[in-house]
Amino acid sequence: MATYGLLLDFNTCIGCKACMRSCKEVNNLSGPLGQELSAENYTVVNTYKDLNYRKMCMHCLTPSCTSVCPVGALKKSELGPVTYDGNKCIGCRYCMVACPFSIPRYEWNNPRPVVRKCIMCISRIEQGKEPACAWVCPMGATRFGERDRLLDIARARLTRHPDKYVNHIYGEKEAGGTSVLMISSIAFADLGFRSTLPQEPLPDLTWTVLRKIPNIVFTAGIVVGGIWWVINRRMELDRENNGNNHKA
Amino acid sequence: MKTMAITIKPKTFLLLPVLLVLVAGVVLTVVRFTYGLGKVTALSDAFPWGLWVGFDVVCGVALAAGGFILTAITYLFNAERYKPVLRPAILTAFLGYILVSVGLLYDLGKPWNIWHPLVMWNPHSVMFEVAWCVMLYSTVLALEFSSIIAEAMKWKKVVTAFHAIAVPLVLAGVLLSTLHQSSLGSLFLIVPLKLHPLWYSSLLPLNFFLSAVAVGFAMVILESFISSRILHRGLEFDLLVDLGRFLWFAEIVFLAVRLQDLFVSGVLHYAMDGSLEGIAFLIEMGLFFTSILLLSIRRIHNSKIGLFFAAATAVLGVMANRLNVSLVGMLSDSKSGYFPSWSEITISLFLVTMGVIVFFTAARYLPIFPPEKEADISK
Repeated sequence: MATYGLLLDFNTCIGCKACMRSCKEVNNLSGPLGQELSAENYTVVNTYKDLNYRKMCMHCLTPSCTSVCPVGALKKSELGPVTYDGNKCIGCRYCMVACPFSIPRYEWNNPRPVVRKCIMCISRIEQGKEPACAWVCPMGATRFGERDRLLDIARARLTRHPDKYVNHIYGEKEAGGTSVLMISSIAFADLGFRSTLPQEPLPDLTWTVLRKIPNIVFTAGIVVGGIWWVINRRMELDRENNGNNHKA
Repeated sequence: MKTMAITIKPKTFLLLPVLLVLVAGVVLTVVRFTYGLGKVTALSDAFPWGLWVGFDVVCGVALAAGGFILTAITYLFNAERYKPVLRPAILTAFLGYILVSVGLLYDLGKPWNIWHPLVMWNPHSVMFEVAWCVMLYSTVLALEFSSIIAEAMKWKKVVTAFHAIAVPLVLAGVLLSTLHQSSLGSLFLIVPLKLHPLWYSSLLPLNFFLSAVAVGFAMVILESFISSRILHRGLEFDLLVDLGRFLWFAEIVFLAVRLQDLFVSGVLHYAMDGSLEGIAFLIEMGLFFTSILLLSIRRIHNSKIGLFFAAATAVLGVMANRLNVSLVGMLSDSKSGYFPSWSEITISLFLVTMGVIVFFTAARYLPIFPPEKEADISK
C-alpha cells in the first residue's frame, strides 16, 4: 500500500489561510483562527519576512508519540497519518513531552481532556479524498500524494530554482523522516523549526534500552538468586556443623 | 512479637498549618476534578509535565526505594540484624507507592482510564513498562505489608504461607524495583534535544538506579531518626551507622558514574556558566559532596546529628537530581518559564501530609517497630 504525505511549498503560499478554515470545519474545531497551534488550531499559517509558512503535525515515519504512548492511543497508519484515539488515552501527556516537533496540544480546561493534533484527515484519505487543507489550497502550496512522489517533486523544484529555495527538504531525514515535507526560501531554523534533529528515529534511543529488559531480569534474577542460595547454603552448613559439634 | 505502647503528642504549633493544608487540599481536589488541570496548575502545551510528575511521581518512587533495598539485604543477603528497621522501610515503601499512585490520579488527564495499560499494550513505551512494574511491585509491597499484619494478628497459617514464599516474593520485588527505578530515567531518553546536557545522558537509567539505591539507605536512616523522635522510642543507632557506610559507598558510585559521564561528554563547562541549570547542577552536586564528606569523617559519621544530616543531604541531593531532570533541565528548551502554581504545591503538600499521618497512625497501632527492649540496643 502506498504511504501518503503532504508537500508544503512555502514559496507558493499566499497566506490566505483557507487551509486553517477548512481544517476547523472538517475537524469540528471551534474558536477563531489562531497564531499558534492549539487545541482548536491543528495548523497555523504565519508570516516571516514576506514568506508565509505553515506549521502542523509532521506525521513522522517512526513517531516518538506512538512509541511512548503507554496504551497505544497514538498509531501510525499504513496510509501515512499518525492517528489518535481519545477513548484509549489516559492523559499522561508523554506524547507532548516526547514529540521532537512539540506538536500535540492539550485541553487544559476540560475536565475530560483529550490530546489535539492534526490527523491528516485520515477518514478522508480512507474515502479516497485528499486531506481538507490540500484539497482547499488555491495555489497547490499544500500538495497531497505518495511520499516518494512528493519527494521527487520537491527535489525537482530545488534543482530547477536553486536561487529561490534553501537546499533543504525539511522532513526528508529529520527524526528518521516524516510524511510531511516542506521546502522554503528561508532557512527552517529562522522560521522556528528545530534544525538540529538527528537523522535516526528518536524511539531507537529508548528501544536500545527497553529491549534489554528480558536479559536484565534473567541475569539479575540468576545473580541475586544465586547469591541468596550460596549464603543460605553456607548458613545451613554452619548450623549443621554446630549441631554435630554439639553432639560430639 | 509484642507491640510497644507508642504515644504521639502532636506539637500544637504544627496543628494549625496541617489543618490548613488538609482543608486547602480537599478544596483544591474538588476544583481540580471539576474544572480540569488548567484551573489549578501552571502547566501548558509547552510544559506538559510539572511538579506532580517531577515531585509526586519521579521523586516519590525514588524516596520509596528503602523497601526493596532493605528486603534485599535482610532476605536475600541474609543480614538478619537489619530486621528492626525492615518493617518501617516496607511501610514507607508501601505508603510511598500509594502516594505515587494517588498523585498520578491528580496528574493524569483521564484518571478513570488508569487501568488501560493492563489491557492496551505498547511494549515499546517506557511508560507502559513503568506502569506494569509499579502495579506489580505495589502488589508485592501489599503482600509484604500483609505479612506484618498477619504476624501481629498471630494468624499462624498465613504467617507460615508468607515464610514459604518470602524469598521468591522479595526477589520479584527487587527485580521489579531495579526495572522501574531505572526506567524512570529511561523516560527521558527520548528527549535528547529538550533535556539540558547536564542531565541528558544515555546512562540516565543507570544514574536513576544508582541514586535510588543511595536514597533507599538514606531514607531508612532518616525515618528511623524521625520516628524515634516523634514516637519516643529507642534508636537502632549502630545499625544506622552501618547503613551509613552503605550510603557513603552508594553515593560515591553514583557520583563517579555521573561525573565521568559528564566529563567524557565534555559538558561540565555548563556548570560554571552561571545559568539556572548551572546553579541547579551545583546545588545537586553540593548536596551529594556534603553528604559524602560528612560520612567520611568518622567522628561525624558516628554521631547522631552528623549521621542525620548526612542522610538528609543525601535525600535532598537525590530529590534535586530528580527535579532537575524532570523540571529544571526541561525548562530552557520549552521557553515556557514554568513555575508550579500555589495549588500544585498545596496538593503535593496535602498528599505528603496525608502520607505522614497514615504512617504514624500505622506505627501507633501496628507492630511496625520492634518492642522497646530490642530497639533500645543503643543505650
